[in-house]
Amino acid sequence: MSHANHHPFRAKPSLGRTFEAGVFWVLRSTAYIILLCGGFVFGDIVLKGSSTVFRTEFPFVNTTFLTEAPESLYVFEHDGVKREMGDREFRAFRGAEARKAEAAGKPAPEIKATSYVYSAGGIYPCIVGTVLLVVGSMSIALALGVASAIFLNEYARQGRFIRVVRLTILNLAGVPSIVFGLFGMGLFVIFLDWNVSLLAGWFTLALMVLPVVITASEESLKAVPQGFREASLALGATKWQTIRKAVLPFALPGILTSSILGIARVAGETAPIMFTAAFVVRDKLPWQDLERASDFFFQGVMALPYHIYVVSSKIPQNEYTERVQYGTAFVFLLIVAAIATTSIVLRARLRRRYRW
Amino acid sequence: MIEIGNLDFHYGPSQALHDITLNIAEREVTAFIGPSGCGKSTLLRCLNRMNDLIDGARISRGAIRIRGVDIHQRDVEVMELRKRVGMVFQKSNPFPKSIYENVVYGLRLQGVRDKTRLDEAVETSLRGAALWDEVKDRLHASGLSLSGGQQQRLCIARTIAIEPEVILMDEPCSALDPIATAKVEELIHQLKLRYTIVIVTHNMQQAARCSDRTAFFYLGKLIEFAPTREIFMTPSNPQTEAYVSGRFG
Ligand SMILES: Nc1ncnc2c1ncn2[C@@H]1O[C@H](COP(=O)(O)OP(=O)(O)OP(=O)(O)O)[C@@H](O)[C@H]1O
Ligand SMILES: [Mg+2]
Repeated sequence: MSHANHHPFRAKPSLGRTFEAGVFWVLRSTAYIILLCGGFVFGDIVLKGSSTVFRTEFPFVNTTFLTEAPESLYVFEHDGVKREMGDREFRAFRGAEARKAEAAGKPAPEIKATSYVYSAGGIYPCIVGTVLLVVGSMSIALALGVASAIFLNEYARQGRFIRVVRLTILNLAGVPSIVFGLFGMGLFVIFLDWNVSLLAGWFTLALMVLPVVITASEESLKAVPQGFREASLALGATKWQTIRKAVLPFALPGILTSSILGIARVAGETAPIMFTAAFVVRDKLPWQDLERASDFFFQGVMALPYHIYVVSSKIPQNEYTERVQYGTAFVFLLIVAAIATTSIVLRARLRRRYRW
Repeated sequence: MIEIGNLDFHYGPSQALHDITLNIAEREVTAFIGPSGCGKSTLLRCLNRMNDLIDGARISRGAIRIRGVDIHQRDVEVMELRKRVGMVFQKSNPFPKSIYENVVYGLRLQGVRDKTRLDEAVETSLRGAALWDEVKDRLHASGLSLSGGQQQRLCIARTIAIEPEVILMDEPCSALDPIATAKVEELIHQLKLRYTIVIVTHNMQQAARCSDRTAFFYLGKLIEFAPTREIFMTPSNPQTEAYVSGRFG
């Protein structure tokens, strides 16, 4: 045996080492399993959804799917050809066939079609509804959340009462969204008599993300160095001037970027809106045929997550519904991914601008 | 000009200042020295009521008069007081805004909009803070792009832009290298001609070099207050002597 093999750091087999290796493999495989599950879910949606959303020929996206309302799908055989058509197209087709037959002096042909509800057309109203819900509820949540964070962090005397308030807010973040949905229905829809409406949905969703927004805002306010506040006050500023000019501008990037993660949550929740704002189907877009401008706020809307729920569990399932399900889920994922990317880019840019 | 009479100060239950009586003369530099935790900053922050911001901090006895007015009198507006009694902090704290915006911050608060007036104020204040020549070509660069010493002088410029009567400085050079420190000290000499200055420092030479009078504190008490020469050459109190000769503290 050579001398080199007898150095004092030579590895010796021991129970500890075996255990160490075992732990390492358990942890590693857990991570891989999670990755696999995630990859499978996303892969499935992307694969099946992209066939609904994208086209191989120009303009490469399925414009019908993105710009039109859901319709019933009619599947029928005519002149030996199997055809699939949306509701309006089918009616036009039937009319044209009837006129053709009339011109030829024959009786109108009977077209026997099977119809599949919501399997044709698109999800434009759902996209619109989701965007409206997100914009409105986030505006409300930001206004209320930033205001209360300012109070909690800048004005309130830090005592037991404020600690209890903070704890309550944190706990609110853990309340299941269905509870917020029922609360919203009780308060806004029934008690305040707003009916199932955009406004009720806004407030319900805003209440749901409020804890996230408040906590994020407080963190951002805390991250602003105390020196800025002292400097400002020492120059004769009032407290509010100090907050306006020496605290909020520097906290805002943080507040906004953290709140963007709240947007993903608002966009995705089904339970809070299903009793308060979402309609299964609605022919008119929110801005069409309004009698008064205020009616805008008191109408229900369609929304992406609720649409996914409806087409996956509320209508008879068949080979044609799957396209809509996956397509909708895919569009939804794209929107959330876009929001997340925006937040990351925004954060990086603002960070560069406001470093101290 | 500033008369502190029999001042007791508490942070909640613990007393930080004991029976301080001290008169600060106009257009002089008064230095506060003493070991860490002896209450120098506390006393300094009393002078422009920055301690109002701390929950539980209170003056339990005595009064501070500036030009004969008790600054805790009911009709005293804190904001007005702080405009008259400016403060420069230990850690330089320019806002992450442009150099220009940093200097005019206080004026903008007072509602000054006039561009020429703001421009003038920027130039005179930066000249006053001996910073003009170094930054005159990049007034719109971020205040944070300056070096530590320049940042501290920017903070001084920001303070003199609102034309206070008194400038309080809490260890303004503790984060600076000797050259930057020398610049700030030189500046203090010039500022003395127009302002009353109170400076807290841990640097004995600095106190000796730039102050006219020195107050020595120990454990929240004022041990000795005399012309700087006397404090350093012929201190009457043995504790003072031990401290300034570096034997404790
Ligand atoms: N915000 C505060 N709350 C409670 N106690 C405080 C607070 N600030 C200071 N103290 C206490 O008051 C005493 C005096 O503190 P002060 O900051 O005035 O000392 P200092 O002389 O400035 O010290 P240093 O030279 O280290 O800056 C210390 O015992 C300190 O612990
Ligand atoms: Mg101090």
